[in-house]
Amino acid sequence: MEAEPRIGVYICHCGVNIAANVDVEQVAQFAATLPGVVVSRNYLYMCSDPGQGLIQQDIQQHGLNRVVVASCSPRMHEPTFRGAAQQVGLNPYLVEMANIREQCSWVHSNREQATEKAKALVASTVAKAAQLEPLVEREVGVTPGALVIGGGIAGLCAALDVADAGFPVYLVEQSDHVGGRLKDLNRTFPTLELVADLLGPLVERVRSHPKVTVLLNSQVTSVEGYVGNFEVQVTPAPSSTPSSSPLKVGSIIVATGYDLFDPHRKPELGYGQYAHVITSLEMEQRLFEGRVGVDGQEPKRIAFIKCVGSRDVQVGNPYCSRVCCMVTAKQARLVQELLPEADVTVFYMDVRTFGKGAEEFYDEARDKGVLYRRGTVSEIIRRGERVVLMGEDTLQGRPFEFEADLVVLAVGMEARSDVGALSTLLKLPRSADGFFLELHPKLRPVDTAVNGVFLAGCCQGPKDVTDTVAQAKAAAASALIPLIRGTVPAESATAVVEPELCAGCGMCVEVCPFGAPALDALWPVSRINFVLCKGCGTCAVTCPSKAIRLQHFTASQILAQVDALVE
Amino acid sequence: MTPQGLLKTEPMVEQLELMGCIQCGKCTGGCPVARKTTLNIRSLIYHMLVEPELDVNAHPELWDCTCCFTCVERCPKDVRPAELVIGLRGQLVESGQIPDTIGAALTGIFRQGNPTGMAREDRCGWTNGTQVKAAQQGCQVLLHVCCTPAYDPRVQVVPRALVKAFTAAGLDFGTLGTEESCCGNEVRRMGEAGLFEMLVEENGELIRSVGASRLVATSPHCFNTFKNEYSLTGMEVVHYTQAVAQLLDEGRLKFSNEVKKTVTYHDPCFLGKQNHIFDEPRAVLKAIPGLKLVEMDRNRERSLCCEGGGGRMWAEGTNLAERLAFQRVHEAAETGAEVLAVACPFCLLTLEDAVKVQGLDEKLRVMDIMELVDLALA
Repeated sequence: MEAEPRIGVYICHCGVNIAANVDVEQVAQFAATLPGVVVSRNYLYMCSDPGQGLIQQDIQQHGLNRVVVASCSPRMHEPTFRGAAQQVGLNPYLVEMANIREQCSWVHSNREQATEKAKALVASTVAKAAQLEPLVEREVGVTPGALVIGGGIAGLCAALDVADAGFPVYLVEQSDHVGGRLKDLNRTFPTLELVADLLGPLVERVRSHPKVTVLLNSQVTSVEGYVGNFEVQVTPAPSSTPSSSPLKVGSIIVATGYDLFDPHRKPELGYGQYAHVITSLEMEQRLFEGRVGVDGQEPKRIAFIKCVGSRDVQVGNPYCSRVCCMVTAKQARLVQELLPEADVTVFYMDVRTFGKGAEEFYDEARDKGVLYRRGTVSEIIRRGERVVLMGEDTLQGRPFEFEADLVVLAVGMEARSDVGALSTLLKLPRSADGFFLELHPKLRPVDTAVNGVFLAGCCQGPKDVTDTVAQAKAAAASALIPLIRGTVPAESATAVVEPELCAGCGMCVEVCPFGAPALDALWPVSRINFVLCKGCGTCAVTCPSKAIRLQHFTASQILAQVDALVE
Repeated sequence: MTPQGLLKTEPMVEQLELMGCIQCGKCTGGCPVARKTTLNIRSLIYHMLVEPELDVNAHPELWDCTCCFTCVERCPKDVRPAELVIGLRGQLVESGQIPDTIGAALTGIFRQGNPTGMAREDRCGWTNGTQVKAAQQGCQVLLHVCCTPAYDPRVQVVPRALVKAFTAAGLDFGTLGTEESCCGNEVRRMGEAGLFEMLVEENGELIRSVGASRLVATSPHCFNTFKNEYSLTGMEVVHYTQAVAQLLDEGRLKFSNEVKKTVTYHDPCFLGKQNHIFDEPRAVLKAIPGLKLVEMDRNRERSLCCEGGGGRMWAEGTNLAERLAFQRVHEAAETGAEVLAVACPFCLLTLEDAVKVQGLDEKLRVMDIMELVDLALA
């Protein structure tokens, strides 16, 4: 940049968070001596309105062309200070932050040494700030339309909301019907509404909606592009050739659901070995038919076992599946109503009935005669015509043997076995439990690390219909943001190629996790799509010709930073 | 621990990470011994969590545990309840408060390298004069005979049959002869951590010096500790059923005689539950011409412990009347099998005893898999 740097430095006290452990006065005085620094101040809360006002006033009065704020992590307030600078006409990329809270005052106890470290951090940031360049903020247009992957209750609800907002929706479903796993269930909890009554009208609305295109027996086989402009190849199974030209959409909602835990993996429970032992899903089918017995025999003693495949590190599922407590309460109650003379016992380690109306439902189940007994069943063996559940009643403190005619295993939820393929296609990260990872557990629960791709339902983690629909509607609302705005902001601190230096080796293409670089077809040099680039810098450090420069983190900026630190 | 036997609970809670326990009861619920004695490991863990001290002497049932590790295999929170039993036994060992028979076994191991206390020089009695190569001269496969097969006249047939099979298959194998010592698997489980460490060091050095690529253990107990508790880097540790199954698979061992018997197989805890070796023993049995394999209801992961592990070969426990082995031989008899096949010296002894006591000897015979293999070999 042509103009000499005129830097303003602002040391924040953060109340006592910084000031208690760092001599902020001394740091400010030190900063004033650094090259290019025109003004240096300290203030109680830089992020407050008066604090921001101070910066804005200095920019105007002192003609500042760089701002350094020494305070908390940039994750916290970088947007705040960039915004303040921008309001008074300074390019936001000319603002830099030094983290003297998380990386200094909070983690050191010696005030003197902490003050010295704060000075070093400020000097380092000032050195980088002197070399900052203004960057352009760009917007790109958006394809008006959305793709929903998965035709279960989550996908159906999300698709309807996007379509009702007036945008075309492609709903891709790999089976031959929509309705997902919910279709296999009899009644929902806690209202005992028939699933058919709930799902039927929804499916009908989706089928007849002029804005929704349902693609059954289809799979997403490739995804290109970026938020606002995705190109998605959909292939009808089992053929392997893509059916048509790629679908073009602005946002994507992933609603691919879950797998049920396979109880063969708990061999001690005898599933698959004894006809008496069934899963909660198989129980749903029997409830459909109104006959729950084995081989037409009406069961007299019925046991439910909870947490099968959940909260169990032995099978790699440490998490709670969140629905099994209520599924069990529902089925136990329905069975008790169907067979009033039968003994219905639920074996549990904890009862988690947290939803609206759920605890009340659990109370009613016990009122109807369902007995809850605390102790996880450890083993099931055969005895004559019956099976025997072996466990410990932990409240009595002694082992029991419980003979039963029918045993229902409340099987938990798992990430789909084919989740890896979609994760790779969409570059979607997964959490340790295998489910797709939301961007923030509280504030960005339906967003993902990939801009423009949103999550709905059990693909993000086990949940019931209530929460699934809530999340689906949230995902639809988030997916509508770029569609309604019509444009999306692009990252400014992107990598750029200097074509004169580029040898066209393609190593950047190989290493980029976002598919941003591509070799030019006519002239064999790399070009980086600034919309796809996230500014991670992988290509810049890989490039053997040093032809790639990551803006805002250039080699000379970082070297200046390091030099100032080690001086 | 105080002289009164009061143990401060906190250090062991931390060491064994007992705070992970959610008191679900799956450990005690699956514990075969809890059904017949007052041993309740879930309740002991709870006591450790909520009380500052534990009176270890008030729990003679600690010696009932067979270390079958069903509790460890099933704990949904990876707490390893049986390790608490072992830890508490350790406290009793340190203060000398142990059953006499356990003391005798430990002394025998310390002095003679075997729990019977018989002379080390007699360790090769099992060979019946057959020449077996000394592994110290170098060999590819080290056959670890193990104490009970070496000394117990009923079990000696097992290593002899192994020698015959390995010779027939042309294996380059040897044994440590009288230098072989107890592996220490049961020693650790009886709570004698110091002696166990000494054995690991001495045996480990000797075994590594042989330079064999594979160690074959006759007993699942020895197999378990060599595989999981020693560091025999570069040496593959297998149980004999795995070795024989592989020789059959590779066609190096062939059966020539029919053994027309209906056989059921009892999974030993240290081979099955703890090390998930379920298929190889069955593969060996199925390969025997004429042999019909039938399964008991409780098989593989649900196999019922014979009560021979965890030092129980040398301590009766608090309930002599009800033995799991009694129950087990009835389960075997119910299948209609004439042979109850085992792959562990302890199971062989406990179950054979139970067959006699239960008056099933007309109906059921307990045989080691190697005895059946021996019949099938020319």
